[in-house]
Amino acid sequence: MSLLEIRNLHVAIGGDEILKGIDLRVNPGEVHSIMGPNGSGKSTLAQVLSRREAYKVTEGEVRFNGKDLLVMKPEEAACEGVFMAFQYPVEIPGIGNTYFLRSALNAIRKYHGDDEVDAIDFLPMFREKLKLLEMDEKLMNRSVNEGFSGGEKKRNEILQMAVLEPKLAILDETDSGLDIDALRIVAKGVNAMRSPDRAMLVVTHYQRLLNHIVPDFVHVLVDGRIVRSGGPNLALELEEKGYGWIEGEARQAVSVSGY
Amino acid sequence: MTTGIQYVGTYLERFTEFQSRTRIEHLPWLHRLREDAFARFCATGFPTTHDEDWRFTNVAAIARTQFVLPPIGAVQISGADLQPWRMEEAAVELIFIDGQFAPELSMLDNAQRSIFVSGLEETLVKHPEQLEPHLGRYLGIRRDPFSALNTAFADDGAFVHVGRGAILEKPIHLLFVSRAYSVPTMIHPRNLLLFEEESQATVIEEYVSLGSSTMLCNSATELIAGDSATASHYMIEREHTEAFNISTLRIQQHRSANVASHSLLLGGGLVRNNVHPVLAGEGGECLISGLFIGDGGQHLDNYMYVEHASPHCSSRQFYNGILDGRAHGVFHGRIVVHKAAQKTDAKQTNRNLLLSDDAQIDTKPQLEIYADDVKCTHGATIGQIDADALFYLQSRGIDEMSARRILLLAFSGECLERMKPGPARDHAERLIRGHLLSIASRSPGQNDVSHGEPVAERSWEEVG
Repeated sequence: MSLLEIRNLHVAIGGDEILKGIDLRVNPGEVHSIMGPNGSGKSTLAQVLSRREAYKVTEGEVRFNGKDLLVMKPEEAACEGVFMAFQYPVEIPGIGNTYFLRSALNAIRKYHGDDEVDAIDFLPMFREKLKLLEMDEKLMNRSVNEGFSGGEKKRNEILQMAVLEPKLAILDETDSGLDIDALRIVAKGVNAMRSPDRAMLVVTHYQRLLNHIVPDFVHVLVDGRIVRSGGPNLALELEEKGYGWIEGEARQAVSVSGY
Repeated sequence: MTTGIQYVGTYLERFTEFQSRTRIEHLPWLHRLREDAFARFCATGFPTTHDEDWRFTNVAAIARTQFVLPPIGAVQISGADLQPWRMEEAAVELIFIDGQFAPELSMLDNAQRSIFVSGLEETLVKHPEQLEPHLGRYLGIRRDPFSALNTAFADDGAFVHVGRGAILEKPIHLLFVSRAYSVPTMIHPRNLLLFEEESQATVIEEYVSLGSSTMLCNSATELIAGDSATASHYMIEREHTEAFNISTLRIQQHRSANVASHSLLLGGGLVRNNVHPVLAGEGGECLISGLFIGDGGQHLDNYMYVEHASPHCSSRQFYNGILDGRAHGVFHGRIVVHKAAQKTDAKQTNRNLLLSDDAQIDTKPQLEIYADDVKCTHGATIGQIDADALFYLQSRGIDEMSARRILLLAFSGECLERMKPGPARDHAERLIRGHLLSIASRSPGQNDVSHGEPVAERSWEEVG
């Protein structure tokens, strides 16, 4: 059984159809990359999988671990093991980072019937993950993402992922706005999380990130459809030829099938 | 004004009754103070919404209700009834039942000579000379009819005297408990808090009720902070939603005195919270911070009147409001900088969260500046719970209700952070956490349900 199974997924926002029939299977241990030009629906896919309400599924189904993902609230999906690293992490004044992360961890533990982790047990594990992402502990005493630099925010996302240990990690344009040093640290954190029982979906516009996080599969999304799938070499091909090449092919395919 | 004549007659009856039953005799100054105040009240009557200071708060329902004075005498109430309201960490706890000091229920420790705490009436009987120089000297009966009414009926409340240089670590808790009656009742608690030079203490005024019946609690407190005194005052309103609660805190600050006023409005039906500090000595600092949380049909009005009368003083106003249901909040922040008050630094911020479509806030800054070298700023914001923040928390596994509560706590936390760490802040935090649990558990859509149903609750917005 696949961990994530997407069948003929159609999604609209405000009446506009963004995803027009996505099919995708992701098995545990695999890293899939979703690439595509701006406006192709990459981020919409990530948002739907993390159950953002504004997006309306008009057709199709998504099963996660055998369960219907589309009936879940965001917190249920999270507790079942879906995690999305946000493209634009939200600043939440007045809520400490450590408190937030411990609350999240305990909410997930509670969902699975496990005991809550108290502050004392939480700290050693937390420090270890901080080290992995080369983050200053002082940041953790601040409010969630408040006053963080772009790089710090993205690292904070991966830190949360490391603490919450999801089954499926979705990285939504995690590379955007990162300089090469920050990118390397983020990639190191992500790679440390690769494991035979965890799958990843790396959503990105550029191939750059995929030099650091090498995917098993690459899918190209154009105008709400996956127009091509392949191995990591597909990403390199895209980098070389640009999206124009594949977009042209996709348009042709659509017009041919239209006849 | 025909209605005016009607209710003035009722109040005259009550005033005559009040005078005939008072325990305090042979204090001509007090007699005069009350008579003048009552005359003033009769001349003005209750304010209307034509009065700029009352534009957003209609007290016609108060004017229309015939209130009686609660019976006096031995208080029939058990300690167990009070248990939920008590504050374990208090140094001193004074209990007032229907405005009347109940020494047998209170926890008094006057062993420390530097601090004296007692009932106002008892002090008027035993040591009137201690009160005469201060009582009624600062609270203006001309500015506000409710202050006049309070002064006319002033007989009991708390008297707190913090002696020169005395420092009290634990708070003084003044707990005002109102009981339910079959007829509407009114009480007029009157407190005098005297902080001598270089003294330091915290006083918590807390208003609660047992049972639920129409009542008016019209309290007034004069707080005098001597040179370099540090005074913290907490006003906590937790009465039931049938209560009219008008409270006035009049602060007189002398040279380099540092006063913090914290208001926490959680209960009450129609609430008016007046805070009026006068920075009368050079170098004074005043913090006026508050949090009001309303739902249902609650009306919570915060009226700030900050007077800078001396140079080099600073004042900071921060009020945060959370309004759900059909609740109506008001923030009226007036800063007056007198001609002599050069180098004044005054700031005012009001932030509001509206959780439902029917909740309403009126916020109004008002600056009157007669000096030419001052710094005054003001600002107000109105918003909703941030949907992105809510989704962010949920996407990490935190359920919607807890996420809403966490966000509301963070918003309230701004007010908590301005309180000095200690028992008073812990007390406030406990109350806020408990209160937000009930607000957050209501999902945002639920408020809309009441639309189709007849509204059983009182509407405070009636036109009088």
